[in-house]
Amino acid sequence: MRPEQGTLISRAQAMAALLQLLTDQPVIVCNGFPSREAQKIADRPTHFYMIGSMGNAPAIALGVALAKPNRQVVTFDGDGNVLMGMGTLATVGALKPKNFIHVVFDNEVYGTTGNQPTISNVVPLEKVAKAAGYVNVERVLDHDDLVYEFKDMLKKDGPSMLLVKVNEFAEDAGRIVLDPPDITKRFMKAIE
Amino acid sequence: MIESDAFVQAMQDMGVNFFTGVPDSILGGIIAELMDRRLYTPAVREDEAVAMAAGAYMGGKIPAVLMQNSGLGTSLNTLISLNVIYRQPCILIVSWRGQGGKDAPEHLVMGEVMPQFLDTMKIPHRTLTEKTSIEDFKWVAETFMKQRIPVALFITKGVVKGLHP
Repeated sequence: MRPEQGTLISRAQAMAALLQLLTDQPVIVCNGFPSREAQKIADRPTHFYMIGSMGNAPAIALGVALAKPNRQVVTFDGDGNVLMGMGTLATVGALKPKNFIHVVFDNEVYGTTGNQPTISNVVPLEKVAKAAGYVNVERVLDHDDLVYEFKDMLKKDGPSMLLVKVNEFAEDAGRIVLDPPDITKRFMKAIE
Repeated sequence: MIESDAFVQAMQDMGVNFFTGVPDSILGGIIAELMDRRLYTPAVREDEAVAMAAGAYMGGKIPAVLMQNSGLGTSLNTLISLNVIYRQPCILIVSWRGQGGKDAPEHLVMGEVMPQFLDTMKIPHRTLTEKTSIEDFKWVAETFMKQRIPVALFITKGVVKGLHP
């Protein structure tokens, strides 16, 4: 099970491109390598790095989005994560928060635990999100499409999902440095 | 018996301004009142509700999560690997199904072990009674502020008015 043909970009490359387009938006990053890579690429106080509670990134982001309706809230998620908390696609689709952008880095594997295959090669997660009620949904394979579509989503009312097909490469990135209570405090202060 | 609107008012008076959860019959009256007041955001699973409450807390809200005690099993990992370790408090309003061994079979095991289950997870808890309700709410608010972790208030059958008299 390899990522679909034409996928050249790594998650870290995709993430770096997205972080260049973001400034002070709250970003909830799912557990595992994605949080470590985000910390390495651009550590910002507006990042909330998860180290546990797999599958809950969009639910946390939804809570932030509902509490802060005037701020655009982004979550960086993975295919294994989305599959684990798939019900949240329905909750987001039903509530339709306009300020909610869900980025899914889809490498078709559980990368943090040794690249065991997920089932996202046969389950198109962006179509599930669309059926659940997300307003804008895009699936991108390369850097240029990624930048184009993400810029577009930043201008539009959501909820939006950008599914980015990425390869299995994981950046050599260390564990999250801050203690969890300090991540909470820093994040709360940054989005106040 | 505590009226549902008095219960919701007491929660609002404590400053709670974000309510989510998954329904239970014992909590039916409270949820109906919350929906009347347009305060309730429904979740599809209890772990999602708990995570949503964590996000709302970080966005400046005081959150409460309503659930049947079976939902404590569903939300266990989120409660300990998100709320507890990150110090993200919420008020868990948990209906005590299976209390005293008188309920449908699926509720009996959790109904029996629930207090020990929360003790093991180090989540403080207390059972609401009509007589002690003022102290119970005060204890919830103080524990929330002091410990900054989830705190559970158990609701037994007949203590808060349900949908059906």
